[in-house]
Amino acid sequence: MTQLWDFSGGIHPDENKHLSTARPIEQPSLPDRLILPLQQHIGAPAETCVSVGERVLKGQVIATVTDAIGVPVHAPTSGTIEAISMHPVPHPSGMSDQCIILVPDGLDEWTERDAIADYHSMDRDAILERIRDYGVAGLGGAGFPTNIKLRPPRDRKVSTLILNGAECEPYITADDMTMRERADEIVSGLRIMAWILRPERCVIAIEDNKPEAIKAVKKATENTRTEVVVIPTRYPSGGEKQLIQILTGMEVPSGGIPADIGVMCQNTGTAIAVSRAIHRGEPLISRVTTITGRALSNPGTYDVLLGTPIEHLLAQAGVDKQQLNRLILGGPMMGYTLETPGIPVVKTTNCVIAATAEELPAPPPEQPCIRCGMCAEACPMELLPQQLFWHSRAGELEKAEHLNLFDCIECGVCSYVCPSSIPLVQYYRAAKGEIRVQQAEHLKADRARERFEARQARLEREQQEKEQRKKDRAKAAAEAQAKKQAETEIAEAGGQPADDRAAKSTLVEEALARKKAKAAAKTANEATSPNTAVADAAPLDLEALEKQLSQATAKLNTMQSMLEDAKAESADNVEKLERAVAKNHDRVKRAEQALAEARN
Amino acid sequence: MWTSVLIAVVVLLALAVIFGGLLGFASEHFKVEGNPLVEQIDSMLPQTQCGQCGFPGCRPYAESIANGDAINKCPPGGETTIRALADLLDVEPQPLDAEHGVEQAKRVALIREDECIGCTKCIQACPVDAILGAAKQMHTVIESECTGCDLCVDPCPVDCIDMITIEPDIRSWTWTPPKSGIIATDRAGASA
Repeated sequence: MTQLWDFSGGIHPDENKHLSTARPIEQPSLPDRLILPLQQHIGAPAETCVSVGERVLKGQVIATVTDAIGVPVHAPTSGTIEAISMHPVPHPSGMSDQCIILVPDGLDEWTERDAIADYHSMDRDAILERIRDYGVAGLGGAGFPTNIKLRPPRDRKVSTLILNGAECEPYITADDMTMRERADEIVSGLRIMAWILRPERCVIAIEDNKPEAIKAVKKATENTRTEVVVIPTRYPSGGEKQLIQILTGMEVPSGGIPADIGVMCQNTGTAIAVSRAIHRGEPLISRVTTITGRALSNPGTYDVLLGTPIEHLLAQAGVDKQQLNRLILGGPMMGYTLETPGIPVVKTTNCVIAATAEELPAPPPEQPCIRCGMCAEACPMELLPQQLFWHSRAGELEKAEHLNLFDCIECGVCSYVCPSSIPLVQYYRAAKGEIRVQQAEHLKADRARERFEARQARLEREQQEKEQRKKDRAKAAAEAQAKKQAETEIAEAGGQPADDRAAKSTLVEEALARKKAKAAAKTANEATSPNTAVADAAPLDLEALEKQLSQATAKLNTMQSMLEDAKAESADNVEKLERAVAKNHDRVKRAEQALAEARN
Repeated sequence: MWTSVLIAVVVLLALAVIFGGLLGFASEHFKVEGNPLVEQIDSMLPQTQCGQCGFPGCRPYAESIANGDAINKCPPGGETTIRALADLLDVEPQPLDAEHGVEQAKRVALIREDECIGCTKCIQACPVDAILGAAKQMHTVIESECTGCDLCVDPCPVDCIDMITIEPDIRSWTWTPPKSGIIATDRAGASA
C-alpha cells in the first residue's frame, strides 16, 4: 500500500456525479457549424493558414503556431471554411475572439494519418515536436501546451510522473468515464510520457468515489510498474499542488512549478491525446465533455468534436429551457456563468452544467465578515483568506501580494464555507487582475522613461556635435586666414618660399620670364629674316588647324550620339546636351574657316 | 572633585570629536547622488512625457514636486497617481487640477497613412520615439510604445493623426470585484 499524506483544509460538497455516469460515452450528432477559436489555451494564438471557401479534410492543420508557446488548430471534420471572424468564445468576460467557422460536409473524410509504429527508435525531441504539431494541450484546466510541459528545464529531473484522475470537482465526470472506457489508451499515453521523461515512479491517482474507473485502470496496468493510487475523496484533492502533497508529502514552492521538486502532473485526457498523436497519427480534434445538470432530461458524457456549439450539445442532452436558470462552464466551484449558449467547446472545456434555480440558486447577498476563521481552516493552500479579503477590498494590493495572494488556486473553498456568503474568490481574482494590470503599466512606463531618456541623450549629443562642427569650421577658417597672411608676409619680405604654393608661384614667374625672353629672341629673328619665317609658319599652321578640325568633328559626333541617347531615354539632361552640341557645331565651323583661310 | 569634572569634560570632548569626524566622513563617502525622492516620485508618474503639467517631461515635474510643487497636475496619472503621491509625501490628496486637463481613458495615436505627406514633424514631436518614418515616406506609430501623449497631433500639417481610445479586449480583460451594496434584509425588503 502506497503511503499517502494529507493536505490541510478542503471540503466535501455534494458530488452530483451520478447524473452523468449512467450511460457510456456518447457521440453527439454533427452540428451545422463548428467554431474554432485560434486561441484555446495559454500562450500565443495560432495563425490562420486556410482561406474562406477552402475545403479542408478532417485532421488538417487550419491554423499554425509561430511562437514557441502555442499549438496549432486542426479541422475536427471535413468541410468548408465559411468565415474567419470574431465570435464569442469560452471566457469569463463573455467577449469575442478570432475564430475559424467550419461548415461540415458530413463526409468526415480524413487527411493522411501517419502513425508511428515504434517511437522508441525515434528522437525524444522529434516526439515532442509531433505532440505540439498534433495540437496537444493539457485537457485538465489551463490547457498549457503539453510539449512544453514535457520538457522541464535542464536542471530539473522529473522523478515522479503523476496522471491526475482525481477529478474532485462536483458534477464533472469526463475523466471518470474516460478511465472506465479508455484505460488502455491512457496507459499507452502514460508510457510515451514516461519514455520522454524517464521518471523513477509513475502514479495514476484516482479518488475513491470512482470504483469502476479504479477497476478498469488497475486492469490496464496489470503487470506494469505503474502504481494506481486510490486517494480519499475531498475537494480539491485534484488540484495539482494538493495531489502532489497527497502522493509525495512535498509542497510545490511558492511561485514555483512542480518540476522544481521533481514532480509532474498530467491529465488522463491529455495522455489519450498523446497516445493518439503517436500511435494513430490523429491530432487533438475531440475531447470528452460532461453535459449535466437538472435542467437536462438526458445528462451524460459526450465525446465532442472541438468547436461544437454548446447549445447543440444541450439540445442533444434534452434541455428544458423553462427549467434552465443558469449555464455554467466548468464545475460549480471553479467554473463561470455563460452569457450565451452559442460558444464552442474548446480543448479545456471539461463540463457544462445546465442548472435549475433550485439546484444552483443565486448566491445570497454578501454580509459583513464575522471573523469566524472558517475560510482559513478550509483553505487548501494554508493562506489567510480573511486578511487577503480585507486587503483586496481596500485596494491594498501590496499587502495582499505580501500575504501570497498569487499562491491562491482560486478553488472556491473559502467562498463555499463562508457563513456570511462573501464571494471571497471574486475579490482575489479581481485583486490579482488589478495587480497584473499595474505591473504591465509599470513595465510600460519604465520602457517609456527609457526611450524618453535615450531620446533626450541623443538630442543633446546631436546638439553638441553640431556645436563641435561649428567650432571646428571656425577654427579651420581662422587657420587658413592666418596661413594666407603669413604667406603674403613672406612674399613681401622676399624671403624663401615657405611652401608649395609659393614655390609654384615662383615657377610660374620663372616660366613667364623665359617666355618673355623667347619672344624677344623671336622678334629679333623675324626682324633679320622675315621671309623664311612666313614660309616656315604656313605648313605648321595648316597641320595644327587640320588636327583641330578633326578633333572638333570627333567631339561633335560623340556629343550628337549622346544627345540622341538622352532623347531616346528622355533623360533630364537633354537641354544641356543640346547646348553642348550647338557649341561644338560652332567650334567645327570656326576650325573649318580658319583652315580655309590658312590654305588661301 | 575638579579632576573628575575635568575627566568628564575631556571624555565628552573626545567623544564629540570622534563622532563628529565619523559623521563628516560618512557624509562625504556615502553621499547619495541626486535626490532619491525624485526617483521615487518619477517612478509613480505615468511617463507619458506629455507635458500637460507644464514641465518638459515627467522627470522635471518629479523634481518640482520634490521641491514642493502641487501633486495634482498630472491628468494621465489621474486619481491613482495623486493618491500614490499623497501617500509617499504624506500630504492630503487633492482633486486633479482641471487647468492641466482631465483624466481620459488610455489612448494611442494612429496615423491615417494614405493622407500622410511624410513631413517628419510628428517624429520630431514624439517624446518617446514611437513614430517611424523618413522624409517624403509614410510615417507610422509603433502602438506598443505610444504613450498617448497627444504631442504629435498639433504639429501635423494635414491633420492625419487620430487619438484612438484603447477598447478593452479579451486579452486585457480582468475580473471586476463583486458589487457589495445590499445586505440580506435590504433584499428581503426589495423583493416584498
